[in-house]
Amino acid sequence: MNNNFILEFDRVTKDFPGIRALSEVSFKVKRGEIHGVCGENGAGKSTLMKILAGVYPYQSYEGRVFFNGEELMFSGSSIRKAIEKGIAIVYQELALVSQMTVGENIYLGREPNQKGIINWNELYSKTQDILAKYKLKIPFASTVGKLGVGQQQLVEITKALSEDAKLLILDEPTSALTETEVDTLMSILNTLKKNGVTCIYISHKIEEFFRIADTITVLRDGKTINTVSSKRTTVPAIIKMMVGREMKERFPKAEHKMEDVVLEVKNLTAFHPEYPSRVIVEDISFCLHKGEILGIAGLMGSGRTELVTTLFGEYGINVQGQVIVNNKPFDIRSSRHAMNQGISLVPENRKDQGLILEQSVLENISLPNLQQFSTALAINKNQEVKICNEVVSKLGIKLGSLSAQVNSLSGGNQQKVVIAKWLVSNPLILIMDEPTRGIDVGAKYEIYKLMNILAASGVAIIMVSSELPEIMALSDTIMVMHEARCSGILKRKEATQERIMTLATGYE
Amino acid sequence: MTTKSNSSSIELIDRFRDLATRFINFFWKTIKRNLKTYTMIFVLIFLFVLFWVLIGNTFIGPRNISNLTRAMTIISFLAIGMVFVIVTGNIDLSVGSATGFIATVVAFFQVHLFSPLILPLLSALFPGMSGYLLGVISTILAVIIALIVGGLIGFWNGFITAYLRVPAFIVTLGGLFIFRGLMSAVTGGKTISPIESSLNSIFNDYLPREAGVVIAVLVIVFIVSNTLWQRHKRVKYGLEIRPLIYDLIKMFFFSVLVAGFVFYMNLYEGLQIPVVMLVVVAFLFSYLAKNTRFGRYAYAIGGNKEAARLSGINIKANVLKVFIFMGMCIGIAGIMFVSRVGTGAPGGGETYELLAIASCVIGGTSLMGGEGTIIGALIGSLIMVTLDNGFVQLNVPNWAQYVIKGLVLIFAVWVDVATRKTRE
Repeated sequence: MNNNFILEFDRVTKDFPGIRALSEVSFKVKRGEIHGVCGENGAGKSTLMKILAGVYPYQSYEGRVFFNGEELMFSGSSIRKAIEKGIAIVYQELALVSQMTVGENIYLGREPNQKGIINWNELYSKTQDILAKYKLKIPFASTVGKLGVGQQQLVEITKALSEDAKLLILDEPTSALTETEVDTLMSILNTLKKNGVTCIYISHKIEEFFRIADTITVLRDGKTINTVSSKRTTVPAIIKMMVGREMKERFPKAEHKMEDVVLEVKNLTAFHPEYPSRVIVEDISFCLHKGEILGIAGLMGSGRTELVTTLFGEYGINVQGQVIVNNKPFDIRSSRHAMNQGISLVPENRKDQGLILEQSVLENISLPNLQQFSTALAINKNQEVKICNEVVSKLGIKLGSLSAQVNSLSGGNQQKVVIAKWLVSNPLILIMDEPTRGIDVGAKYEIYKLMNILAASGVAIIMVSSELPEIMALSDTIMVMHEARCSGILKRKEATQERIMTLATGYE
Repeated sequence: MTTKSNSSSIELIDRFRDLATRFINFFWKTIKRNLKTYTMIFVLIFLFVLFWVLIGNTFIGPRNISNLTRAMTIISFLAIGMVFVIVTGNIDLSVGSATGFIATVVAFFQVHLFSPLILPLLSALFPGMSGYLLGVISTILAVIIALIVGGLIGFWNGFITAYLRVPAFIVTLGGLFIFRGLMSAVTGGKTISPIESSLNSIFNDYLPREAGVVIAVLVIVFIVSNTLWQRHKRVKYGLEIRPLIYDLIKMFFFSVLVAGFVFYMNLYEGLQIPVVMLVVVAFLFSYLAKNTRFGRYAYAIGGNKEAARLSGINIKANVLKVFIFMGMCIGIAGIMFVSRVGTGAPGGGETYELLAIASCVIGGTSLMGGEGTIIGALIGSLIMVTLDNGFVQLNVPNWAQYVIKGLVLIFAVWVDVATRKTRE
């Protein structure tokens, strides 16, 4: 193996039950370069990095991975060994203890000590040294919780460097950063490069690659599409590589007949419930018709989920702007209030937000609908069973009995239970946040079919999705979001994957 | 001829075997679904057999069973309310102090308010009224006061927990001190006595034997008619019904249980008033848990707060309600306590909160929330009382009693954790 390359993937294939996450991925990373890796959600970036980090051990995948000229053979769960080899990953979700100081965080788990007694002076002097070496300006004795997100990210990076990382992997490092923080990060990465650290930089934001990356590898559907030098390519070329897949017959075709307007949103702005100064939804306006499917596209963190949960009355605070439901002004208060107006939300994360896993299918489906079949003193259990049976067979949910624990169902069936929950309430407007996340192709198809049937019966649907093909195939109108704002509204005919991607990355 | 009878008898055996397998499957399923509860029933049976062997027939004699079931009532009232509190993912550490506090309030009312102030007024207005009747009025008022004060205590705990977002552990730990302090304030450090004899008899007296028989008959009639009525309604909704034989066996089992208990208690002095009240309250709260929106919401909040919130459930209002119900249970326990002791004295109800929590946990309530039953809590409390009762008769030293009770608690939770693992 050529010593110019620090890392080489050789035909790496990784299967999950029902899904091939990686298919013969091959590319090489040069020593000392900044190597950008890009691809849509689900293209296989995270899986690839987890192999490097030792999360997926040797032999759980096919193909070979070489690091520093020798093959990586992690056995079992060997995250620690990956770190010892010099591979450090800074994940999107930071893993710092916010009550501890910067120094404590950096040396967490390997504090300099004599017989178990920590030598604080040594710890802090080492911290100071390493910060100075890479010219980082972080108050090393301050608690991490007091730092901004950008500085916290730097603490993570410093932690990786302090473990003598030869290869630093940054997973979506800028998704939570402000413009100035991004600038700082970029200059730090350049400093690291001068110090001989190789860096793999994963991002959605294509323009960033052209600021710092030497080489760019594009992944799509678990395959390497190309590895190119950033000097010899352009943003549109990269976008084309990212999305240029063939559309197969994965979607049921249906024309929706759009009728009267049921929902009108005018200049909606909302703020983060915990950080009231942070805007999470900014000046959004759109119209939704009876029988229409409105797709909301955008990258993760672009404010899609925040928008729909705000509409449902359960997230944003200081909501400004106007919402009109069925020609009547609707003032956003609580989910119960939204439900009474005929708005339902199938939340993004079915396990955390949609279901009570330890309870039965019956109890889950009827939870938001108990008022339909109960008085203040009693639930009509027979009516409850009857209604749940109807919706279960309507959606084709496969289960032994209604009293089965939701836990015991497959992902697709669980998702259908969440949808069933909201169908019983006969919604006027059905909001579906990532309705097909983590379920197999067959179950996806059934959910698409269901959405078409619902639309045909006059329900207005808002679908938030990270999967472009799905958005394009089902939506009549597509709203693209970028950094909490609407960056464009497209009719189905006008929409191409390139156009959506361009709007979503804010490149237009 | 022989072949014919042969084949029909084979057919009969086949049918019988089929029925038997279905039966075993059905019971196995029910047991598996409530594994925790059944494990504790087995523990209870084991304890009874053990003490029977060690102590002899007096242990399972009517007198001892009567005392034992009466002894479980006060903690059981608290445990019933506690199930709801824990199911929503909260805890109430103040119930012991609050029980003692309410007991002193009630005694204070009867001794220092009713007797010197209201009593002369009533006797002046209705000169013919007997002293006993006046005492009954005093007791009825005392019960109402206990329930109101209990409700207010629950409101205090619930409001601060739900609306001011102070963790229930802290709010009620504070309550533990507060009510203990108020208890001393009410009594002024002295014992308040005497309370009315009618109040005294709530905990200590028995129903006439005939009343016990009437109650047994009514309960059995209710069990039978309700089962049949439920079957009828299911048919009306076009739902599948279980084979009649299952329901018959179930009806038979519960009827025998009720009739047997009443008969056995009548062998001694009759049904104990607090036990009858406990059954009524337990029934009401079980109904609340299983058949009302409020109950469902409580379990949903404990099971997954986020999902409950996104299902349009008002979490704050429901947690407040749960604490108010807890408060009412404290009110009942307070009445029982003062009735048992016969005086209002400082220092009552100590460690009751821990016994109530232990009862819930032994009976399968999960401290993580979302899981737990009233019947389980009653079994838990019965296990604790059985241990107490048996140990006292065996002259087990005090320290060993504590150690064994602690081990039982840990064992119960270990069973929960271990079965959970196999489920995953």
